[in-house]
Amino acid sequence: MSLNRSWLLSSTLALMAALSGCGPADGAAAPSTAAGKGRGHVTLLNVSYDPTRELYEEFNAAFKRQYERQTGQTVTIDQSHGGAGKQARAVIDGVKADVLTLAIGYDIDQIARRTDLLPTDWQSRLENNSCPYTTTIVFLVRRGNPKGINDWEDLARDGVEVITPNPKTSGGARYNYLAAWGYALRKFGHDELKARAFVKSIYKNVPVLGSGARDSTITFVQRGQGDVLLAWENEALLAIAQLGADALEIVVPSVSILAEPPVAVVDKNAASHGALAAAQAYVRYLYSPEGQRIVARHYYRPYQPRFADPEDLKRFAKVETFTVNDVFGGWPRAQAQHFDDGGVFDVIQNELAQGR
Amino acid sequence: MGPSAASAHRGIAAGHAAAPRLQGTTADARWLEWLFIGVSWAFLALVLLVPLGAVFCEALREGLRAYFDAFDDPYAWSAIRLTLFTAAIAVPANVVFGLAASWAIAKFEFRGKTVLITLIDLPFAVAPVVSGLIYVLLFGMTGWFGPWLASHDIQIIFAAPGVVLATIFVTFPLVARELIPLMQEQGTDEEEAAASLGAGGWQTFRRVTLPNIKWALMYGVILCNARAMGEFGAVSVVSGHLRGKTHTMPLHVESLYNEYNFVAAFAVASLLAMLAVATLAVKTAVQWRMQRELQDSAEP
Amino acid sequence: MFRRTASTSARALPGFGLTLGYTVLYLSLIVLLPLSALLLRAGGLGWDQFWETVTHPRVVASYRLTFGTSLAAATINAVFGLVVAWTLVRLRFPGRRLLDALIDLPFAMPTAVSGIALAAVYSPHGWLGQVLEPLGVKVVYTPIGIMLALTLIGLPFVVRTLQPAIADLERETEEAAASLGASRWQTHRRVIFPSILPALMTGFALALARAIGEYGSVIFVSSNLPMKTEIASLLIVSKLDQYDVGGATAIAVMMLFISFGMLLVINGLQRLASRRYREAL
Repeated sequence: MSLNRSWLLSSTLALMAALSGCGPADGAAAPSTAAGKGRGHVTLLNVSYDPTRELYEEFNAAFKRQYERQTGQTVTIDQSHGGAGKQARAVIDGVKADVLTLAIGYDIDQIARRTDLLPTDWQSRLENNSCPYTTTIVFLVRRGNPKGINDWEDLARDGVEVITPNPKTSGGARYNYLAAWGYALRKFGHDELKARAFVKSIYKNVPVLGSGARDSTITFVQRGQGDVLLAWENEALLAIAQLGADALEIVVPSVSILAEPPVAVVDKNAASHGALAAAQAYVRYLYSPEGQRIVARHYYRPYQPRFADPEDLKRFAKVETFTVNDVFGGWPRAQAQHFDDGGVFDVIQNELAQGR
Repeated sequence: MGPSAASAHRGIAAGHAAAPRLQGTTADARWLEWLFIGVSWAFLALVLLVPLGAVFCEALREGLRAYFDAFDDPYAWSAIRLTLFTAAIAVPANVVFGLAASWAIAKFEFRGKTVLITLIDLPFAVAPVVSGLIYVLLFGMTGWFGPWLASHDIQIIFAAPGVVLATIFVTFPLVARELIPLMQEQGTDEEEAAASLGAGGWQTFRRVTLPNIKWALMYGVILCNARAMGEFGAVSVVSGHLRGKTHTMPLHVESLYNEYNFVAAFAVASLLAMLAVATLAVKTAVQWRMQRELQDSAEP
Repeated sequence: MFRRTASTSARALPGFGLTLGYTVLYLSLIVLLPLSALLLRAGGLGWDQFWETVTHPRVVASYRLTFGTSLAAATINAVFGLVVAWTLVRLRFPGRRLLDALIDLPFAMPTAVSGIALAAVYSPHGWLGQVLEPLGVKVVYTPIGIMLALTLIGLPFVVRTLQPAIADLERETEEAAASLGASRWQTHRRVIFPSILPALMTGFALALARAIGEYGSVIFVSSNLPMKTEIASLLIVSKLDQYDVGGATAIAVMMLFISFGMLLVINGLQRLASRRYREAL
C-alpha cells in the first residue's frame, strides 16, 4: 500500500511538473525565442487594443532596427490585441506586459490602482498626457450616403440603423457614446435631461451591439448590417483602405470627441527581466520623428504633425473636438456616471428593452 | 459526452441481425421512409453542411495560392504547434484518469460511487467561459496561488500550462464516460479468473482488460482529442491572447478574422475542420473494425 | 467518504486503492479545487450582494434567453435527431455512411468557426440569408440565430445516444404488437416510443447542458443587445471586462447550479421512464 501511495505521489508530482515546467511559455512554441537568446537580447510585450494591429506591426520593425543600431541589443516584440477592458484585466491577473498601449487612460488607471506594477501618476510621465497620437470619432456610411447622414442628429432619426459596439466592453464604444452626449449638451444648452433623451434615441436605432470595435466594423462592412457605423477615424480610414473604397465613405460630423489613447511602461514587469530601458526607449520612439511618421501613415493623428508626411495628413478632415476632461470631468467620473453597472447606459438600455 | 462505444457495439450487432426482416410487419410505408431520409438530409444540410461548405468556399475565394499563404506564417505554425502540444498532454492525462476511474468504479463496490460518477460528469455542467475563469481565480495574480507562483517565477495562466489545464478540464469526462459503462457491463469474471491463475494486477489489466476495452478507449481518445483541439471559450479566457505564444488554432482564427484577413482565417478554420474529418475517418475505421471483430466472434 | 462496502469475491482484484486514490486526487486537483475557488469567490460577496447580482433584471433576462434558446435548440434536436437517428439505423439508402460520419462534426469543430460560418451563411448577404430576408425571416442577430448555433452544437448528442437505443429495439415486440392488431402508428406510440424515451431524454439533457454554457459560436450570430439577445456567458465575460470578478463569479455559480439541477432532474425523469417501461413489459 505504501508503495502504491508513493507511486501515486510521484506520478502526481510528475503531472504537475509537466504542466508547469515544460510549457512553451519560454519553450518551443514561441517564434520570438527562436530569434536568438544570446547576450544583448531583450524581449518586450506590448499589450494593446484592437485597431492598432497594423500600426504596431510596422512600428515594431522600425523600433527594432533603430534600437539595435543604437545599443547593439536585439529586440523581440510580442503583441497582444483585444478589447481594452479585457486586456487590462489580463495584465492585472498576470500577463507580463512591458508596455501598455490601450484605448483609454481609465483602463491603465485600473492597473495602477489595483496592482503596484506602475505608479498612479503614470500619465504625467510622457508628453501630451502620454498620448503620442490621437484620433476622433467619425461616421462610416454606404457609398453615396443613401440615408443622407450628415451629423449626430441624423443618427436619432427613425429608420436609420446605427452600428456601434457595447460601451461596457469596448473603449471605442465609450468614445462614441460620449461624443453623442457631448454634441447634445452643446446643442441643448447643457441640458442633461435632453442630452440623455437624445443619446437614448440614438441607441434605440442600434440593432447590434458588438463586443469590440473590430466586431462592429465587420458587422457593418462584411455582414451589411446598418446604415452608419460609429468608428474611430483611424479604424474608418483603415476599413476603407482594406475593405473597399467603392462601397463606403466617411462622414465627418460638425463636432466630435478627441480620443486620446495613452501609452505607458509597466515598470515592474519590464524591470523584472531587464527590459526597462528598452521599454522606455520603445514608448519614447513613438514620439520621435520616425515614430510620428509611422503613426500618421496608419491613420492616427500624430502629436507633432510636422514630422509626418503631408500626404498622410491630408486624409484627416478638419473637425472641431472636445475632450473627456473638458465635458465630463475626466474618465473616472464619466465611467462612474455612465458606464458602471447601474449607470446611465444601463438605465437607457433597460428603458429601451421595456419599450419606454 | 459523445456516443457510447459500448452501446455502439450492441447497436451494430442488432442492426445487422434485424436487417433481413426489414420488409415484414415492422416496416413503414415506402413514402414515409423517403420522407425520413429527405428530412434528415435537409436538416443536416441547413445546420451543418452549408456552413461547413462556406468555410471552404471563403478559404478558397482567392485561389489555392492565397490559401496556402495562410500557412506561410510563423504565427500560424506556433498556433498549430500549441494546439498539438495541448492535445498531446490533455489526452493522455485524461486517458490515465479514465482508466483509473473506470477500473475503480466498474470492478469494485464502494460507498459514494454514485457521487463519484456524478462528480466526474460535473465539468459538463460548467460553461466553457467559467472553465477558464476558475483557473484565473486559482492562478491569477489576484487568485489564491498567484502571488506565490509569481514569487517563484512560475507562470501558469496566460501561458501554455493554463491552456493545457483549461483543456483538460473541458475534456475531463470524455474518456471515463466511454469506459465506465462498458467495463461495468463486462463485469469482473475474466479478471478474477486471470488473478486466480496467478496473474499480477498489471498483467491482468494488460492481457485481459485492455483487449476488451481497446475500441471504446480508442473512441474516447478520438472524442477527447477532437474537443481538445477545437476548444475556444475556456482557452480564450486563460490565454491572454499573446500572439505566437498562447494562441491555439481556434484563437488564431479569431485573431486573423479580426485583422480583416478573412481568407487566412477561413484557411486555418478549414485545416481544423479537416483535422476533425480526419479524426472522424479514424473513428469510422475503428467502428468498422469493431463490427468485424464482433461478426468474427459471432461465427464460431 | 469512499470505503469499500463488500468484496465482490474471495479473490478480490488488486488496484482498488491505487485507482480510486488516483481518481479522487485527479478529480480534486482538476475539478473540485478550481470549482471551490469559484464558490468561495462568489461567497465572498455576501448573500445580499450575491442575490442582488443574480436577480438583476438584465441578468434574469439573460437566463431567460439562455435557457429558452437552449431548450428550444434541444427540442429541435430531439425531434429532428430522432428522425435522423431512426433513418440511420433502420433505413438503407445511398449516402447513409457519409451522413452517419458527419454527425460528429459539430463536436469536433471549434465553436468560433461554427459561429463565423453560420454568420456568413445566414446574414442578409449570405447564401441562405438572402433567400430568407425577403420572406421576412431574420436569422443572424436575433434569438433564431442563437437557437441555430445551439442546435448545431447539440446535434451529435441526441443522435448518438438514440442510435444504439433504436438498434436495440427488439423486432419481436413490434411484430407481436402488429400481430395483436395494432396499427403501425399505435406500435410507434405505444411500443417504440416508450422504449427509446430514456435515451431520448439523455440526449436531450446532454444537448441542453452543452447549449447553456455555449459562448464561442453564439457571440458571432447574436446582436448581443442587453435584455434582448445577451446570453449569460457573454454577461460573465463582460462583467470580467469591467473588473467585476465577484459579479462574474456570482452569475457563473448561479448558472452552474441551474444547469446541474436540470441535469439531475432530467436524469431522475429518465430513470423513472426506464423503470416504467420495464414494468410495463
